[in-house]
Amino acid sequence: MAAPAGTGAPNRRAVVELRGVSKWFGGTHALDGVDLDLLPGEVHALVGENGAGKSTLGKIIAGVYQRDGGALAVDGAEVGRWDPVRAGRHGIAMIAQELALVPELTVAQNVFLGRERSLAGVLRRGHGNDAAFDAVCALAGFRLPPRRRVAELGIADQQKVEIMRSLARDARVIVMDEPTSSLTAHETEQLHRLIAALRDQGRTVVYVSHFLDAVLDVADRVSVMRDGALVRTANAADETKPSLIEGMLGRPLAVTFPERPPPVDPSVPPILEVAHLATADGVVDVSLSVRPGEIVGLLGLVGSGRSEIARAIYGADRITGGTVTFDGTPHARPRPHRSIAAGLAMVPEDRHGQGLVLERPIRENIALAHATLFATAGVISRRRERAAVNALAERLALRPARTELTTSGFSGGNQQKALIGKALLGDPAFVILDEPTRGVDVGAKYAIHELVVALARQGVGILLISSEHEEVMGLAHRAHLVRDGRTFAEVVPERTTVDRILTALFGADQHEGAAP
Amino acid sequence: MTSTATATSTEIPGRRAAFPRPLLLAKDYAVLILLVVVTVYLSFASSAFFTSDNLLNILNQNAPLAIIAAAGTFVIVSGNFDLSTASVFAVASVSAAWLASETGDVALALAAAPVIGLALGAVNGLVVTALRIHSFLATLASSLVYSALAVLITGGALITVTAEGFTELGRGEFLGVFIPVWVLAGVVALLWFLLSGTVFGRHVFATGGNAEAAELSGVRVNRVKILVFTLSGLAAGVAAAIAVSRIASGQPQAGAGMELQAIAAIILGGTSIHGGVGAVWRSVAGVFLIALIGNGFDILDFNPQLKDLVTGVIILAAVALAAVGRTRR
Repeated sequence: MAAPAGTGAPNRRAVVELRGVSKWFGGTHALDGVDLDLLPGEVHALVGENGAGKSTLGKIIAGVYQRDGGALAVDGAEVGRWDPVRAGRHGIAMIAQELALVPELTVAQNVFLGRERSLAGVLRRGHGNDAAFDAVCALAGFRLPPRRRVAELGIADQQKVEIMRSLARDARVIVMDEPTSSLTAHETEQLHRLIAALRDQGRTVVYVSHFLDAVLDVADRVSVMRDGALVRTANAADETKPSLIEGMLGRPLAVTFPERPPPVDPSVPPILEVAHLATADGVVDVSLSVRPGEIVGLLGLVGSGRSEIARAIYGADRITGGTVTFDGTPHARPRPHRSIAAGLAMVPEDRHGQGLVLERPIRENIALAHATLFATAGVISRRRERAAVNALAERLALRPARTELTTSGFSGGNQQKALIGKALLGDPAFVILDEPTRGVDVGAKYAIHELVVALARQGVGILLISSEHEEVMGLAHRAHLVRDGRTFAEVVPERTTVDRILTALFGADQHEGAAP
Repeated sequence: MTSTATATSTEIPGRRAAFPRPLLLAKDYAVLILLVVVTVYLSFASSAFFTSDNLLNILNQNAPLAIIAAAGTFVIVSGNFDLSTASVFAVASVSAAWLASETGDVALALAAAPVIGLALGAVNGLVVTALRIHSFLATLASSLVYSALAVLITGGALITVTAEGFTELGRGEFLGVFIPVWVLAGVVALLWFLLSGTVFGRHVFATGGNAEAAELSGVRVNRVKILVFTLSGLAAGVAAAIAVSRIASGQPQAGAGMELQAIAAIILGGTSIHGGVGAVWRSVAGVFLIALIGNGFDILDFNPQLKDLVTGVIILAAVALAAVGRTRR
């Protein structure tokens, strides 16, 4: 993306300036004397590993967190107390990773939430509201149905509602925290075009992300953070993915995948065989097989039914047709507890919603599916449980390696490790990994990839699902292409490219993929 | 879309709210601290308070409520509500009284109460899971049904029991301590262990903390729910056996309001109303904190009309304190 004229030019006055900003969480120095200038009309990316402080910094700018030290100035004037309302009055808005919309209200109601046009508290109806909505659409450069309930929209459209909301408040600075974490490649592209348009209107977009390709695509300047400190701020044009990673980690890291496990002899009988599987939840006709020690990927766009296939095999959704054969015997009427007992584990895609009980200790989470392993007549032996969990935590390099701490206190990457550990505790023969590295930083991602390969080498069969197609391409022996709930082709990743696969995935439905 | 303040507050990686450790501990054990403070205060304020007679009496008086609250902890921790415990208590009470006066078989009558409680609790659990009705609504409705049942059994009248030995459970003593206190101690010890030390207890926590994650982890969430409601009903039946034996009569209004007193005590103890976090000892401590405040009003001769006001303010204060660490950053 072309840098706008005058990027980093000293003659433009910063709209927001941070000087020596610091923040403590308990005993942790989350931010340590950070200096940052945000210029009008720039996309300013904040990158760093999980826990580096990039989100915290974004939240301090937007007033979500209070700084513990240092100064914050808007338009050159230092501000004192700072909270979301005051930030909003100065034209600073935040779009959080967990979108803050009211699902039961309509698009227009959400856009104008808190700024309803009313007469003595009674809402005013009529064309005035439509005109105001049209005006926001014009600013945004796209349109959404104003009377549609937000709950009926996909994540990408919900995010657009948030953007419209900030525009309705005439925001000059929009902080976006991990805006692409739930978006498909196509939706990300759309968002980036929108961000560029906002920039060209003279607005400032703070783009907090650990998707370095996305950052390099959209940002004008990048600030790299490590351990709560600013490493450097530089023009995006002068940075590369390796240079950013080196800045984030403090050391170079090869952007590669661990060596694939050896290919499996095709004569080995599969550990899992699925034939013409169908459910009421979006699986139409799926056939696939996985041999012990084999990593098989599912490649599909969001909404293609990838995760639904996983849920059906595992028994989270009811099967309406077809068969699942596990280890040579029919896995009829699968249910999660039967799957686990049989040695078939799943790491679900949504770590917080489906995976972990956040207010419980890590130990209980890792042991949850297999508490009976450490129990005699239903009474859990804490000693045996702790020994097994701690051994696993060590194998996973969990940090901090304190399994009694509450799960919510761990970083995303370490929560993900715990979630994978939970599936591995019972020594499964087959594991479904649905988005095993979603929302984790580069270091944790590589560690998880190594773990996946190590499992396959031990003879575990793996079904790998990821919205990052590179991940499947880099790890899997074979991959099935999925569209509209059907497996329609099989590829060998080593012999093809992501571009060719994307073309196949969009296939006949290209018009749908291009729809707004 | 679950976009709430609590959702974002869990996003902070590897960090805790800016809150000094002693304060965090004080917050965690607020109910015990309050219990000690009230005990010390009352001990100095009145010589009649810190006597074994008075203390044992408080335990004895509140044994039925404490038993209900101890089992109710399972329901709250599992993310559910049981608003029918008072009605189950009433049905079990009048049934026991009716059986005793009809058959004269004291043991049968008193044993019937827990069995009836268990059955009614199981019905609650089945309604909640099979019909997928929110437990608040399901037990609100079932409490009406059960109350009507209690009235039907008695014909609206009081059933006085004169059978020999019927009051032994409620008024008898063993080693100088009232039998209800022994029952309470046994029930609390058992339930405490059941929640904190067993696979079932672990599953109750997981169900309340994140039902979907629990289900995907192989926890039979519906089974857990049925069991916690059954347990709650059983406890109401045990409490009813003690109470009906003590007063030697059954009436359909018995125990009115107990369901909310029990929930108040559970929350006062520090168990989360959102499920997933809590302990049996907390609920028992909550019951006795409220009881001590009441006892203080009696022995200090304070205006009894202010008793509920003070209790309410203390519950609010305790719940607000519990919320502090979560909202402040």
